[in-house]
Amino acid sequence: MFEPKIIAFYCKWCTSAGADLAGTSRQKYAPNIIGLRVMCSSRVDPEHILNAFKNGADGVLIGGCHIGDCHYQSGNIQTLKRIKLLKMLIKDIGINEKRLRLEWISAAEGKKFVKVVNEFTDEIRKIGKLNYKKI
Amino acid sequence: MKKIGVFVCHCGINIASMVDIPAVVVELKNYPGVAHIEDYKYMCSQPGQDLIKKRIKEKELDGVVIAACSPNLHEETFRKASKSAGINPYMCEIANIREQCSWVHTDKKIATQKAIKIIRSIIEKTKYDEELKPIEIPITKKALVIGGGIAGIQTALNIANSGFKVILVEKSPSIGGKMAQLSETFPTLDCSQCILTPKMVEVAQHKKIQLMTYSEVEDVSGFVGNFKVKIKKKASYVDFDKCTGCGICTEKCPSKTPSEFNEQLGKRKAIYTPFPQAVPNKPVIDKDNCIYFKTGKCKICEKVCPFDAIDFQQKEEIVTLEVGTITVATGYDLYEKANMEEYGGGKIKDVIDGLTFERMLSASGSTDGEIVRPSNGETPKEVVFIKCVGSRDPENHYPYCSKICCMYSAKHAMLYKHRVPDGQAYIFYMDVRTAGKGYEEFYQRVAEEDKVIYLRGKVSKLYSEDGKVVVNGVDTLSGENIEINADLVVLATAIRPSVGIEKLVNILKIQMDKNGFLTEAHPKLRPVESLSAGIFLAGCAQAPKDIPDTVTQASAAASMVSTIFSRKKLYHDPLTAGVDEDLCSGCNICVGVCPYDARELNSEKGVVEVNEGLCEGCGACSSACPSGAAQQNNFTDNQLNRMIRTILS
Repeated sequence: MFEPKIIAFYCKWCTSAGADLAGTSRQKYAPNIIGLRVMCSSRVDPEHILNAFKNGADGVLIGGCHIGDCHYQSGNIQTLKRIKLLKMLIKDIGINEKRLRLEWISAAEGKKFVKVVNEFTDEIRKIGKLNYKKI
Repeated sequence: MKKIGVFVCHCGINIASMVDIPAVVVELKNYPGVAHIEDYKYMCSQPGQDLIKKRIKEKELDGVVIAACSPNLHEETFRKASKSAGINPYMCEIANIREQCSWVHTDKKIATQKAIKIIRSIIEKTKYDEELKPIEIPITKKALVIGGGIAGIQTALNIANSGFKVILVEKSPSIGGKMAQLSETFPTLDCSQCILTPKMVEVAQHKKIQLMTYSEVEDVSGFVGNFKVKIKKKASYVDFDKCTGCGICTEKCPSKTPSEFNEQLGKRKAIYTPFPQAVPNKPVIDKDNCIYFKTGKCKICEKVCPFDAIDFQQKEEIVTLEVGTITVATGYDLYEKANMEEYGGGKIKDVIDGLTFERMLSASGSTDGEIVRPSNGETPKEVVFIKCVGSRDPENHYPYCSKICCMYSAKHAMLYKHRVPDGQAYIFYMDVRTAGKGYEEFYQRVAEEDKVIYLRGKVSKLYSEDGKVVVNGVDTLSGENIEINADLVVLATAIRPSVGIEKLVNILKIQMDKNGFLTEAHPKLRPVESLSAGIFLAGCAQAPKDIPDTVTQASAAASMVSTIFSRKKLYHDPLTAGVDEDLCSGCNICVGVCPYDARELNSEKGVVEVNEGLCEGCGACSSACPSGAAQQNNFTDNQLNRMIRTILS
């Protein structure tokens, strides 16, 4: 079975804490994902995401606080705008937009974190390997 | 190249059982930049920390990576240890291989490979971490408190008694707030004014407190320790320096209008103090109801004033002040009866809300403490109290519990029975919530000794008929339909944040929840802080609460303020984003995305400048900057791209 490489960017305050909660609750999820902790999802530059695809990522997950709960008031709104636009752009260059996923996962949502990671891994598995060089 | 030490923690078996630690050590031993690698059973223990310190000195390490639990747990611990061994704490980074690796996977081989990648990515970050120092911020040791109810009064007094200056701003002509309107307070039946007015006087006389009534906050800029506040002093048309509060003007004023303080039950004059114990006890002219302002003729107050204090030319004034902290204690308003169509929509005279009933009960109210029907002045013999009016009704009104209604409705029914012993009181309820010291005992007294009839059910409808208010409800315990021909109905309408809170929220750039209550930084552990540093919350502005809880929170807010003021300087996390002036084109994009107004275009230099005190370090500007000029400290594009490549390698 194809095992995709997935990279994730978690904000420190919500999604990374949600991932920690999944761990503390000993919930299990697909190991394909490796997370990178930033202060806020708004620190994730579209260039970082393109760079990830270029370097072999089959899927990229961005996790932030729910709208209205951002530790930095409106950072996640910037993220929302950027990811929406970037999804259109990657589609144009031939990357399935489903390879890029944005989720709001709070520090209390360990279960949601697990669900999202498993779902996303399965989805990317179905979509298959990203052959960036062909793009 | 930096010499990096990697310390891998077993966490007993928490990590070691799922991650093959010897394999990790072998794998990373020759990784570029790694000068030393070592594993230990419990890295966070004192021997573990001592080991790290020893190796830092021995191997002359420049950076440290601890592969262990979540940074949320021990980042601080390890940074302190690193600092004590002589390296900059920001050169110590945590690789989370427990919560985000060993605890969530079941295949040891895969988990080990994942742990190695996680650690490598953090090594890459550490290689390019820069030495950072907390940013020092001076403090203006003066506190602003917004709202002069019991929450604001308590906050102001506590801060002032700690020796710091306070500015207390109140929008109405007197401090006292809702508590000043109450008759007696549950569960001890203390007279509200008797316990409140001494505190009001203390505020007025306190050398450290500057009282600004009839004033509103118009603008706030700056940050913790250094806020700049613009306060609008509304025109009172009375020179407070000359006025002695003798009251002759009020006595002679010919214009009468319903009294807000008495909840429209009685009248007040156009030049007025809201109530006899008002602080300051000096009148203001209500322009909308003043005959002179309406017709250009009258000025009786000016003629009768013995001190020449009336000044019709007075203009509103904007005062700019510098303060170090802000406490928001703006309280509540009751949900308008007009919103309750099913309960007459505010059109039936004998259907009143709880505060109006308080004014009726109060000895200083317009009825001198007598309970009367507003429609005809007669004593009501059948009184219905309805709880949860607009509260706990997510479909139609507010979803939350207003918290105080169970107790005050019980108190209302009791006080009614004390004054009209041959009358009957009914309380319609969904639940009776009496969590509080002495509250349950109070409720039992009301139900048993005062023979108040509690009916478990909601009132579906009420309407006016033959001079009575017909109340239709169901007693869900007996299953019977109930119809009561009431003389008076008292609605325990929901507590909502004070009208106009949205404007203040925007001015302060703090957050509120969907019901308008101010959001605390953490619902359990930081309940008196807002999410903006230096802005604190007290009282019902944050959530519905009773007087003891309000005073508790106000005291806590004051203590937070004193904690800040007790320091010489404040220190700010240096994970801020700067500007590389050589790269910045002055496009202004970062200015627009900054949630804190920390970035500003210097049009002379053509580059953006950063106020580090305001920057909270989200990094939104770093990703928005098209030229890479706005790099967030220790989260640079270079670092993140290297981490990405390492994870995917």
